[in-house]
Amino acid sequence: MTAQSTDIATYNFAYLDEQTKRMIRRAILKGIAIPGYQVPFASREMPMPYGWGTGGVQVTASIIGPDDVLKVIDQGADDTTNAVSIRAFFKKVANVAVTTDTATASIIQTRHRIPEHPLTAGQVLVYQVPIPEPLRFLEPRETETRKMHALEEYGLMHVKLYEDIAKHGRIATTYAYPVKVEGRYVMDPSPTPKFDNPKMHRSPALQLFGAGREKRIYAVPPFTDVVSLDFEDHPFEVQTFDQPCALCAAENVYLDEVILDDHGGHMFVCSDTDYCEKRREEGHRGHLAPETDLAPGNMEPVQ
Amino acid sequence: MDIAAQSIEGGFADPVFNAQTVFRAVMDAMARPGSVQPLPALARPPAPLLATSGAIALALCDNDTPLWLDPALHASAAIGSWLGFHTGAPLANTPADAHFAFIATPAEMMALDGFSQGTQDYPDRSTTLILQVGDLASGSPLLLEGPGIETSAAIAPAQMPRHFVEQWKQNNKRFPRGVDIILATSDGIACLPRTTRIKTMEA
Repeated sequence: MTAQSTDIATYNFAYLDEQTKRMIRRAILKGIAIPGYQVPFASREMPMPYGWGTGGVQVTASIIGPDDVLKVIDQGADDTTNAVSIRAFFKKVANVAVTTDTATASIIQTRHRIPEHPLTAGQVLVYQVPIPEPLRFLEPRETETRKMHALEEYGLMHVKLYEDIAKHGRIATTYAYPVKVEGRYVMDPSPTPKFDNPKMHRSPALQLFGAGREKRIYAVPPFTDVVSLDFEDHPFEVQTFDQPCALCAAENVYLDEVILDDHGGHMFVCSDTDYCEKRREEGHRGHLAPETDLAPGNMEPVQ
Repeated sequence: MDIAAQSIEGGFADPVFNAQTVFRAVMDAMARPGSVQPLPALARPPAPLLATSGAIALALCDNDTPLWLDPALHASAAIGSWLGFHTGAPLANTPADAHFAFIATPAEMMALDGFSQGTQDYPDRSTTLILQVGDLASGSPLLLEGPGIETSAAIAPAQMPRHFVEQWKQNNKRFPRGVDIILATSDGIACLPRTTRIKTMEA
């Protein structure tokens, strides 16, 4: 090890041992070469429970280097438990710089959102994926879903979307909305709201997906077609909100509902906390924003 | 220098960070086909294995990945023992058993379909080819399109395999099966994943 790693001597850089990293790196390269195909990999135990992003953490640990700047979001927020602990994990085991600023991050690990700020070439978005197989709830047998992918037999998925229309009059799937990648593989975009699906289409950033419990890695290279499945008479539509963010007045962003009291009071605010804070710093004010802002700033100093 | 010394010298000076540097260059090249990623000489393998392809072997190969060496590389006992010492990777009996194939003289290489193409169920079980080319600018130009390329990209690797454009078209047609190629020069790499299409100049 080098001088760069003074206080992480008890771990290998980025926690994983080198053979594990090589195995994951090979899986990532195959994933990039076969967009949307789920590459099996020998997922490791991580020092956090399955379901907390062990797949994303293993992918990040395998690609991260000392020059990277890491951002971690959980449902768009930089300051929730999952995001804070994963960020702290990589600060500890890889000694890397962390940030909450979307534009300056080189690697963004995300649980279920794509940042509102447009991603750029050279950035890598790492998704934490719980169930990588989009057909799993339609066909529980791995042997069968594998065959369906091999034969490009996705009729079942269209039947599922059709049943939505028959029952609800519209496609009622709102998250983990299935997409077709480069006209071949049907892929689960992870449980992101379908609002984010259009951002995956021909994104300049590299998108990597890690599912730790299910032991799968898949990828979408930059500038790759990612098309949400739909029907001619029921085209794909994203969620719309009838009011802007209550704090920063942003429109056309994904909003979270926040309960204010036990009398039904609520407000809608940006799910992307970094985007919302930046807008408030620029002087945008929603109808519930405090007169003088509470100096949002970054909650952790950037190294 | 005797073979024992040759096989021990020339590994990564800093295995953890050098492997990460090499992998990120390969990942970026694979994600952006046709882009040339510079790669410093981090490994010093015996000739004719280039520093870049040697570094790729150190970064990606281990005892899980059988290697295949083309006759020019196979002829050198030093290369076999260097790879064996540093990576622990076994040599594949046939090209179709190889996870990685290192090729020093692509112009004389066997057909691409002789390597493992993966299966329709597991297209990832295919061979990744590392072709050592003189440079990426003086050969016949290849106009590339496909995932990872915004509009089009161009490289002109020298000393490519015979009938490469035709062979690559067939490789495209086998998708999702097929081989992926890493082109290695003495100071950089570029990749051709199986999704990349070569545009021909026909009107």
